[in-house]
Amino acid sequence: MSDYTANEMMSIAAARALRNDDICFVGIGLPSEAANLARLTHAPGLTLIYESGTLATKPDVLPLSIGDGELCETALTTVSVPEMFRYWLQGGRITVGFLGAAQLDRFGNINTTVIGDYNDPKVRLPGGGGAPEIATSCGEIFIVMRQSDRGFVDKIDFFTSLGHGTGGDDRLRTYGVTTKGPSRLVTDLCIMEPDPETKEFTVTSIHPGVTRTKIEENTGWAVKFADEVAETPHPNAEELEVLRALKARTAAAHSA
Amino acid sequence: MAEFLSLADAIESAISDGDSVAMEGFTHLIPHAAGHEIIRQRRSGLRLIRMTPDIIYDQMIGMGCADRIMYSWGGNPGVGSLHRFRDAIQNGWPGPLEIDEHSHAAMANAYDAGAAGLPCAVFRGYRGAQLAEVNPNIKSINCPFTGEKLAAVPAIRADVAVIHAQKASRNGDVLLEGIVGVQKEAVLGAKRSVVTVEEIVDDFADLPPNAVILPSWTISAITCVPGGAHPSYAHGYYSRDNAFYKAWDEIARDRDGFRAWMQEHVIGGGPEDFARHGKAAGGVAS
Repeated sequence: MSDYTANEMMSIAAARALRNDDICFVGIGLPSEAANLARLTHAPGLTLIYESGTLATKPDVLPLSIGDGELCETALTTVSVPEMFRYWLQGGRITVGFLGAAQLDRFGNINTTVIGDYNDPKVRLPGGGGAPEIATSCGEIFIVMRQSDRGFVDKIDFFTSLGHGTGGDDRLRTYGVTTKGPSRLVTDLCIMEPDPETKEFTVTSIHPGVTRTKIEENTGWAVKFADEVAETPHPNAEELEVLRALKARTAAAHSA
Repeated sequence: MAEFLSLADAIESAISDGDSVAMEGFTHLIPHAAGHEIIRQRRSGLRLIRMTPDIIYDQMIGMGCADRIMYSWGGNPGVGSLHRFRDAIQNGWPGPLEIDEHSHAAMANAYDAGAAGLPCAVFRGYRGAQLAEVNPNIKSINCPFTGEKLAAVPAIRADVAVIHAQKASRNGDVLLEGIVGVQKEAVLGAKRSVVTVEEIVDDFADLPPNAVILPSWTISAITCVPGGAHPSYAHGYYSRDNAFYKAWDEIARDRDGFRAWMQEHVIGGGPEDFARHGKAAGGVAS
């Protein structure tokens, strides 16, 4: 198979990171697409949780919002939003938080708050929502995001959600956070994982047909490559078929 | 005890200029008809509270109802920006809007603390988050037993909570089903509350024992507005109008287009306009 888009490769590579026994706190948009693709392919036992309170939901179409009716109708149970954040997230019952970002730095710190100064911003973004506490309370964090030098920046304008801070053991030492933090970053070009010592995101797998130069051009810092860099396996027929069917059902449902 | 009132009378009696007003509903059961009535009654200086400002506050802010907003995620879910909300914060149009920005966990805990009658909420949050540096309403406290540093935010105790629910009984008790968000906490933490409902039924005899019910004596006013949550939805009644959320992006993009739309659909409208979105297109009992 070679007839697929970079965005499809991204969602499929992101989906593959999820395991059948994961309990995943799902952000809306790309994370939701990847998480549901995983559930519909290799990880049927994957538990999906959305911050609207839906536990173990199995939507047939992707929700446009974090609280579409589809999520509640297909959930094992639906709890209140305070219970979701207090018992389930803060209580340490989630293995993976799956987030997107507007701006990201090499240590996986995320900005979704403002571009420019907080009190006089060039652009005010929607804000943190659930992310600041998802980032620190889940066992680990996966991030999925289209790669560009505007989004992948040397310095983020605002620290909405903690990644590895200034790198190394900063997350634990400075903030007392014992969870693992960002452990995988999947883009439309490659997969990055934190260096074991410095925690800087390092390219560990490059999607088929993508060059190192293209990755460098789309990263706002001097991106590092691991000693051994793999080629991401092509999407297989099942992955592409399920993803396309999911997106077609979703498009039909949301235009109704 | 809850009084059954018209929507206009309920808003007139419960909300005054300058009040703090929490209109809740987490994507689901958003009290849009009540928001329109507040706009028609030209309320101003409101201190709005809501986790996800959404279209309802984009409309109220763009029409000049608010001076301040406490929120935790200000976008059009799955679509993009809230243009009126952003115009108010970035350009002060139609007037300046002060912000009190939080995370979802902070607001959910703050509502919970409000319902529990506590002065503040304590939770494990904002670690490494810069909001704690720019918002003076985010502080920390050390656990007196373990010494752990925890985040603290003031409890949310609004002057008025406004919510939409599926049913009220003739006795004035209110039932919420589906994604129940923070509505129970918002009402219990508020001094007054207005509830719009899809329908009024004789009683709640057949409900399971753990249903989410707000008793009549926790509510100030109830009004029946079928379809009153549109373009959000009412579980068991009608679906989220995702096409409208997408259309709103264009409607609200520029000031004149927004005002023209509001004039036609809100200022010149009334609660009965929502009935066409309701389950029975206006045929529900009241």
